[in-house]
Parts: sequence; structure tokens; C-alpha cells
Amino acid sequence: MADKPKPNDLLSEINYTPPSRKWMDTPVEWKKGYYCYGAKPKNLDYIGFPNGREWNVTEQDWKLVDNWKEIFLEGMENLLKKFRSFRLFMDICVRCGACADKCHFFIGTGDPKNMPVLRAELLRSIYRRYFTIAGKLGRIAGARDLTEDVFKELWYYFYQCTECRRCSVFCPYGIDTAEITMMGRELINLLGCCTDWISGPLANCYRTGNHLGLQPHTIKSNFEYMLDDLEEHTGVRVEPTFNRKGAEILFVTPSADFFAEPGVFTCMGYLLLFHQLGLDYTWSTYASEGGNFGFFTSNEMMKRLNSKIYAEAKRLGVKWILGGECGHMWRVLHQYMDTMNGPADFLEEPVSPFTGTKFENAKSTKMVHITEFTADLIRHGKLKLDPKRNDNHTVTFHDSCNTSRGMGIFEEPRYILNSVCNHFHEMPDNTIREQTFCCGSGSGLNAGEIEELRMLGGYPRANAVKYVKEKHGVNMLSCICAIDRAVLPPLIDYWVSDVGVCGVHELLGNALIMDGEKERENDLRGEPLPGMEDKGEEE
Amino acid sequence: MKISLLLSEKKHEIAKTWFDLIAGTYPQDTANFLKTQKNRFGNPVGYTISEGIDVILAELSGEMDVARVSRHLDNIIRIRAIQDFTPSQAVGFIFLLKQVIRKELADEIREHQLCDELLKIESHIDQLANVSFDMYMACREKMYKLRANELRNRTSRILKMSNMFKETDVEEKDPAGF
Ligand code: SF4
Ligand code: SF4
Repeated sequence: MADKPKPNDLLSEINYTPPSRKWMDTPVEWKKGYYCYGAKPKNLDYIGFPNGREWNVTEQDWKLVDNWKEIFLEGMENLLKKFRSFRLFMDICVRCGACADKCHFFIGTGDPKNMPVLRAELLRSIYRRYFTIAGKLGRIAGARDLTEDVFKELWYYFYQCTECRRCSVFCPYGIDTAEITMMGRELINLLGCCTDWISGPLANCYRTGNHLGLQPHTIKSNFEYMLDDLEEHTGVRVEPTFNRKGAEILFVTPSADFFAEPGVFTCMGYLLLFHQLGLDYTWSTYASEGGNFGFFTSNEMMKRLNSKIYAEAKRLGVKWILGGECGHMWRVLHQYMDTMNGPADFLEEPVSPFTGTKFENAKSTKMVHITEFTADLIRHGKLKLDPKRNDNHTVTFHDSCNTSRGMGIFEEPRYILNSVCNHFHEMPDNTIREQTFCCGSGSGLNAGEIEELRMLGGYPRANAVKYVKEKHGVNMLSCICAIDRAVLPPLIDYWVSDVGVCGVHELLGNALIMDGEKERENDLRGEPLPGMEDKGEEE
Repeated sequence: MKISLLLSEKKHEIAKTWFDLIAGTYPQDTANFLKTQKNRFGNPVGYTISEGIDVILAELSGEMDVARVSRHLDNIIRIRAIQDFTPSQAVGFIFLLKQVIRKELADEIREHQLCDELLKIESHIDQLANVSFDMYMACREKMYKLRANELRNRTSRILKMSNMFKETDVEEKDPAGF
């Protein structure tokens, strides 16, 4: 017995950081499952990003260009000049710590450098050193030299932030660490150090219009597949149009809704709704991506991808744009579009063709969120709904960071949910609305190779889901974001199990009574509706 | 005098010492956070550990409801299994309890000669550790499965529809393809 090390020795020796160790002296531990793969040169070349090369994050030599430091500092100077907010955020933090324990990555991983205040400090220390007078004093003034190790540390932690803004809600000065991460990533991109997961979809989106690089004929055949399913479930043949000039409305949604479950079921919900309304709209195979990976890459790239939606609206001659359940598309639109590519004067101020409601909030961008559109329809009694069809679901709602904190959509999805299902329960107050916990995979962090990080980052969210599952029997987690629909299922699978994930318009599609429909036996997933369980068996 | 009685009498002290030792396996700032933030949604790791500890202590000194203990043990292991601990660190917190009990109840054990009973409790604790290893492995396996399935699930419709990409091709050609 005596020869064996005591477990306590092992435990305390390896992971216990002595109190005297300051963060600057704590080296980065590259933990497997916590970092993404590096970008391939071909993708960076395609979008015209500099310094692409074959490199490997795990190798000592990142093959940075010789003058990398000048490029970084010059880039930083430019950003400080261009964005007043950036300089302000670098200057005004009083290190009060209010934000420290608000980040899901800190809560989940327990790594102190994931405290927002420290994450920002990683870059702030460089700012102090090179852009302030006090910084000449060095460490006493919280300043440090920019070295390759420091650059790698920045990289490691800026790709452990989902730019969710939860921390900013608690900062008395309104410091938005998400924006600091955005600046950090912009600098990282000057050195060709984007992640593979982000640069691939960027290149695809720039080239063909969506993340997977799906071409028009593939998109159309995906739709055929969905339309067949819909016909089978409802008896109604829906016939959408693509790239149709002169349509009143252009509809844009994340491409994942065309090909990945459970997103396709949300897409089926849109298709049913628009068909039932007789909406004069078109899909586009070019503006076939709501998601905007530029948003967490560089300001310029975000602008380029966003502009494609508007260019397509112009080309097709539509009056306004309707946007589906997406995360970053909306954050970009709400926070940046108007000053980046707007105002979209060639479009008309959106008016619902069915209720006459003017969407005054979209006066300048001319783009309306689908939940605003649908909630307005329900409010005006324009839809026949049978919420009993969702009686097998006890539903809760995850506020996506981008639509909630990023643009303030709280009520519309809830209004729809309460109209289309009978059993709805909120998660605890400090985990929803402004204080919502991130899915842990936003801002390009939904890469397969960082599953551990994502599971830990999503843990506070999953923990709240588990609570309502145990308390109210919740078995369906609804959301209005395609990333959520992709990443919440494995998250729930690991932490909670037996809770499904769906878009709000999937549940709407189930409940929507269509003209000329047959007796509905199945929901949009092909599962028997409540009370119809025996029918399938009889056949 | 029975050790189980002592355990329940001193459960607050024992729980606190055990919790502090577990928190000590994290960096200092994190340990402070785990100890001070009491909201169960704001600090799910701390809450899960402390709730689990309470249940394990109660069951050790009581009926030992295996299902209940397993559930709470699993909640803790599930976190530590992916928090970048080595396997022994991830489950080793169980053994810390032995140390805590010996320390907290040292006088009583000596005075009332409770060594036999202590051994019994300790073998229960060893049992918990055994189960914990299985749980740890199950969590790791789950992670591997999730990773393997994820890419396929994200492009499920395309794969189903036209077999355009072979599954392995998708992974190699375009790992970033959403
Ligand atoms: S923006 Fe979100 S992920 Fe980033 S530091 Fe703040 S809370 Fe954490
Ligand atoms: S809450 Fe604001 S001022 Fe306080 S430490 Fe965080 S960023 Fe700095």
C-alpha cells in the first residue's frame, strides 16, 4: 500500500494551480478536444486571405511569416483607429470581475483564462505594451511583449469564445468581450491562422452561395425529397419556385435546413406555411445561405457574404426579404448590415401581404424575421392551427445568443410556440432571454474535433434542459437557429438524453391545418401524431 | 456508537472538507468560484458535485440505495470525464472521502474502536470507485460515438438521398463543410 501514490497527491499535484501563479506565468496547455485544425491554404487563397500555408496547430513551428509581429501590430493599430469601441474596451475595464463567472466556457471547463475578463486581458496586455505610455513599464502595468507563444495563447482562447455576449450583459461598462474576440480573430486572420472549420464553409459560401458548396441542381433535388415527404404526410403537393424574378419576397434561410436533420423538418414547416398562405415568394440557389461565417472571421468577409443576399434581392427584383430561423445571419443583419451594406434603398419597406402589418423595425434593412412574420399572422387569425397535434411534445425554448442578446427577439417565438402546442415550459430565468446560455458551438466552434470543448461549453445550457426535463417532463427543445439544431442533439445526448431538438416552424408545420389536406396521421418527421399511433400499425 | 451515526452527525463538516478537496483539483480561481457561487444554474459543476456528495454521504450512512448513488456519481463523472483530467484524476475524488472520514472521525474511531466498521465503509467507497471507472469509460465511449456520428448526421439528407459523397470522403475532403 505504502508504495502507491496517494490519489490526493496525484489530484493536487497535477491540476492545482498555486495561488501565487499569475495568469501571465501560466503557460497554455494544449488540450486535445479543445482546439480546431488550422485552415488549408486553398480555402484562404480562394477568399483572398493572406499568408495561407500548410501548417499544423500541434506543431511547435506554425510557419508564420517572418514579419508576423509587424503585421499583427499594424493590424491592431488599424482596428483601434477604425473601431472606437475597440479602443474603449481596451481602455476602460476596471477588472471588477462581474463578468468573470458568466461565460459558459469558464463554467464548463473551469479554465480561468476562459473568464471573459481574462480572455480580454490576453489582448489588452498587448494593447498596453504597444499602444499606451504606461505600458512601457511592462508587467506592473499589465503589459507584455507579443511573442509567438503569446500569439498562440491568443489563438487558443479566441477560438474558445463563441462571441455569445453573455458576459457583456453583466458588465457595468457594457464591455462586449465578443467584439474583442472578433478583433482578435481578425488579427489572427491577417496571419493566415483561421481554422479549417471556418475557412472551408467561407470559401464554399463565397463561391457557390452556401457552406457545403451545394450547386443549384443539388439544392433542387434536396427539395424534391422534402416535397415528396410532405405530400406523403399531408396529401398536399407543395411547389416552391427557385431564382424566380419578379417574386414579391426572397426567402433566405441557413442551408443546413436543406439537408440536415432536424433542420429539414423546420424547412418543411416553412414550405407548408408559405404554400397555405399562397405567398408570392422565391428561394434562391445563390443566396442559399443565411449563415455568415464572415461574422467571426473579419469585418470585410462578413460584409462580402451579407452583400450577396442583397445582390440577389436586386437581381430578382423582389420587394423585400424574409429570413428563416438562423443565428448569425440575424446578428449580422441587425447589428452590422445597415452600416455595412445598407440602407437597402432599392427594396420596399416590408408589409405583410396578409395582415397589412408594416414591419417598421425593418424599414432600413428590408428584411423580416420569420417569427415576426408568423407571429403577426397568428395574431391576426390568419392561420388555422391544431395544437393537439403536438400533444406528444412537452416543449421548452432555447434562446439563441444571436437572436436574443444579438437582436432582442424574445416574444415572437414564444407566442408561436404557445399557439401551436399545449405544453410549454420555460427553463430557469437566469438561463433564458438576455441571460441565455450559449449552445457552446457558435461562431465557428461547431467543429467535430473540439467535441469536448463544445460539450463543456454547452453544459450550462444542457443542465437547465435537464432540470425542466426532470421537473416538467420536457421532451422537446425548440430553437430558432441552424447551428443549435445541429449541435444541441449531441449535447443533449451526452448530458440529458431523451429530449428532441426542433425548430419552431417544425412545430408550426405539424399544427398547421392546410386546405385540402388528408387526415394527418404523421408529423413532419413521419412519426405518428398523438392518437394515431395505432393507424400505422394497422396498415 | 456506530460509524454511520457519526457520519450523519458530522455530515456537514465531512461534506465541506470533501468538497473543498475536490475543488482543489481545479485552478485556484476556479476553486473559489466552485465554492462561492451558489446558484445551481450559474454554477452547475459546483452544484452537481455538492449535491452528489450529500447523496453519497447520506446513502453511505443509510440504506445505500445503489440506483440513487449511481445517478449522482454519474452526474459528477460525466463532467470530469471530459474536463481534461487523467482517468485516475477524474474518478480519484472518490478516494478522497476515505481520507476525509479518517481525519474528521479520527478521535471517535480510536475511542470507540470502530476500525471494523471503518473498513466496511471503506470497502463501500472502493465499490463506488469501481463503478466510477466503468462510468468514466462509458462517458469516453459516448464521446467517441458522438464524434463519429456527428458528421454523418449533419449531412444526413444528402447521404440518404443520392449517396453523392461516400461517408469517408466527406470527412476527408471537407471536414469544415458545416
Ligand atoms: S462572449 Fe460569450 S463565449 Fe465569449 S467570453 Fe463572453 S460569455 Fe464567454
Ligand atoms: S465586468 Fe466589465 S469592467 Fe468588470 S471585469 Fe468584466 S469587462 Fe471588466
